[in-house]
Amino acid sequence: MLPPRAAVTRKRDSDPEQAKDSPPKKDAPLAAEPPLAAEPPLAAELPIAAELPIAAELPIAAAIAQPDAVSLSEKEPVEPKPVLPPPLPKLTANPETPAQGSHGFKRLIAVAGNPNCGKTTLFNALTGLRQKVGNYPGVTVEKKEGTFLGSHGEPLDLLDLPGCYSLQSRSPDEAVSRDVLLGRQTDTQRPDAVLAVVDATNLERNLYLVSQLLELGLPVFLGLNMVDLVEKRGAVIDVALLSEKLGIPVLPLVAPKGTGLIALKQALSQSPLPHPKVRPPLPEALRQEAECIASLLPDNGAQLSEAVLLLGLAPEQLTTSTGLSEELLSSLATSRQRLEAAGLEPVSAAVDARYDWIHEICSTCVRTPESGDLTTSDKLDTVLTHGVWGWVAFIGAMALMFFSIFTIAKIPTDWIAAAQSAFGTWLETLLPEGDFRSLLVDGVLAGVAGVVVFLPQILILTFFLGLLEDSGYMARAAFLMDRLMSRVGLHGKSFIPMLSSFACAIPGIMATRTIEQRKDRLVTILVAPLMSCSARLPVYTLLIAVLLPDVAVWTKSLILLSMYLIGIGAAFLMAWLFKKTLLRSETPILLMEMPPYRAPSLTGILLRMRERAWLFLKRAGTVILALSVVLWALMTYPKPAKPDATRAEQLSHSIAGRLGHALEPVIAPLGFDWKIGIGLIGSLAAREVFVSTMGIVYSVDNDAPDATETSLSDAMRAEKRPDGTPVYTLLTGLSLMVFYVLAMQCLSTLAVVRRETNSWGWPAFQFVYMTALAYAAAFLVYQGGRLLGLH
Amino acid sequence: MNPRSLASLAVGDSGRISGFGLPAGLRQRLLEMGLTKGSLCTLVRFAPLGDPLEVEIRGYRLSLRKAEAEGVFIEAP
Repeated sequence: MLPPRAAVTRKRDSDPEQAKDSPPKKDAPLAAEPPLAAEPPLAAELPIAAELPIAAELPIAAAIAQPDAVSLSEKEPVEPKPVLPPPLPKLTANPETPAQGSHGFKRLIAVAGNPNCGKTTLFNALTGLRQKVGNYPGVTVEKKEGTFLGSHGEPLDLLDLPGCYSLQSRSPDEAVSRDVLLGRQTDTQRPDAVLAVVDATNLERNLYLVSQLLELGLPVFLGLNMVDLVEKRGAVIDVALLSEKLGIPVLPLVAPKGTGLIALKQALSQSPLPHPKVRPPLPEALRQEAECIASLLPDNGAQLSEAVLLLGLAPEQLTTSTGLSEELLSSLATSRQRLEAAGLEPVSAAVDARYDWIHEICSTCVRTPESGDLTTSDKLDTVLTHGVWGWVAFIGAMALMFFSIFTIAKIPTDWIAAAQSAFGTWLETLLPEGDFRSLLVDGVLAGVAGVVVFLPQILILTFFLGLLEDSGYMARAAFLMDRLMSRVGLHGKSFIPMLSSFACAIPGIMATRTIEQRKDRLVTILVAPLMSCSARLPVYTLLIAVLLPDVAVWTKSLILLSMYLIGIGAAFLMAWLFKKTLLRSETPILLMEMPPYRAPSLTGILLRMRERAWLFLKRAGTVILALSVVLWALMTYPKPAKPDATRAEQLSHSIAGRLGHALEPVIAPLGFDWKIGIGLIGSLAAREVFVSTMGIVYSVDNDAPDATETSLSDAMRAEKRPDGTPVYTLLTGLSLMVFYVLAMQCLSTLAVVRRETNSWGWPAFQFVYMTALAYAAAFLVYQGGRLLGLH
Repeated sequence: MNPRSLASLAVGDSGRISGFGLPAGLRQRLLEMGLTKGSLCTLVRFAPLGDPLEVEIRGYRLSLRKAEAEGVFIEAP
């Protein structure tokens, strides 16, 4: 029945030892990330570059290395599969056997589908709150798992795979989907079945992936989602015929309303699960070559599918992929030659055959009415992508989002500050003065508040991004902005994270997950903190007040605006530079689906907000808290000997104070003295801490809130250098502001970058390059200004 | 005579894909998105800055840049 038989037989006929002798070469074939040109050597030195092949390499190599691992999968009482070999063993960090359900085991069902097919909505509808989000090891791709109860009350595991258009992967997301389905993902067992979700209004393109899924040797179910929209358009899909032609069960669904879920659960609960009855026809010559290649691949039931994918790789992708064995490479080359001799083009032969098959099926199963009417989506697009109104709407939407983050987030942020101060006062009445109290109030409490304070911004931004993405507007925003972003070698999708970073780089960096290409995502992460975030605003305001107390408001605004512009300019410049050097890659290809506008699902967005908040607290929050306590210790110890030292004296005596002194020779060329040095160190907790640190340094009474700012700026203005000239000249102030625009003085951002890139290397690099940039720019401003005779 | 490219279509006009002048990897991505030889493709609009453009193919909408669209050859439907 199934073609793998041939492959299997052939393999067993051939020398089985041969397979064992050359373990690593079998695994890597598809790990070669096709579309990127050869990795520049520079990137290979940096941590992330290593991440791609690892996930794919381990399992199979390990399988061959430890033959007893196979027994693991034999324990799994999957229904007899006479033709297919047992699924790949799970060789993983967590070798737990599946939990015993009422059927004797817990089924794992992978949900696969194109982006925008409503896959996640279906996943949410099935699992509700019984889901958890993690990461696949080594890559920054989200792993969403959940459980639901089957029709007999037995628990079933569900794995929401990242959306992909093809198993011929080109982004880390797609690679993960492919590896899980082929049983090559280290920490994930090979699924027992695949639930292929398709958008019924866009059947042809969606069925392309399904045609590949049918070859995996796994049971496949088709979730025909959004059938209500098909009806609305007046089209009809013959579900029974579709099921017959595809050879798999087809289940009509309306995921947001929960329609069709009962039938779906019944189908997924049956035992044994039915295997596909049909295989998409491939040209005979291609089929033969694929079987030939499959005989060289590990025996896991999916080798034919993998062989077809390998044959479809472009020649340039084959040579650049390092993991392929010589034997496999030469067989592939021979096969390609034979295919070309037979008049088939290897790259397109399988794709053309699949689409022909799909087109044939769709033309018999789907009836669409002839209609020349514009759809609602089209009508919206004539406005939203219009040369004038499109920009008005775009700027309006961005302004609204930005404004909300600033204003709405301010309310809970103020509550957090109030709660922090109330709680601190309460602790102060409760505990005697001393190190412990100081640790609790200024270290732990300040650290916790410093973490929680980011939550409102993250939640609001996630909410808006959810609206933009689910409604389909995100693709239009990228469509509008792509021309500008491609000038610096980025994708239109990089725009939103960069814009969000004006509020705060942390949610901005978290928003880079929509960018598919790893290098482009990294570039965006690296430059996003150059955008002036809201924490820089108090610093700018203070410095402008110190420097120019008496000038008109518009002059102050102009200076403020130029600080923002310097940040934007630097971000684009650095992005362009990184794309040319360190993370060199072509401007990413834009091949972006423009999904029809749809009403966003509020539940889905709320779930995502919960997920984001939780991920932030869990992964970044702990690091931020720990760093805050360390910083507190640096600013407290060692204590001066004399007991009645003022806070200013204490601070000056502490490690941070000494560092400030030690920094003075380094920062003197920028016009900064050691007091500013202490302020720079204090800013590492959060930039606005500069203001309160300066308050301590200049012994301004912090407890008089209304007086603080003016008295602080007065004190700063009065500050003199040893030679009697004022410290805060216009030039020093400008130099300091420019330094603040460009320097990476935010440990929280670094903690998030570490989480998003899965390495300390990138945040370290980011810290170094931004500090160097800030130093150079401040140096130019100060020394250049002096050369011009300014002071 | 040079073949016409997808980028040369007027807004609202359709053509049938007749071939590609693109590297194999890129060609395959386009193929997998449904832009196969012989399929009917309609130019829906250009972005306000003139690039990228939006096409309709196999009943859905796809945007791509002019640079790529110029490598997709079309003939009269």
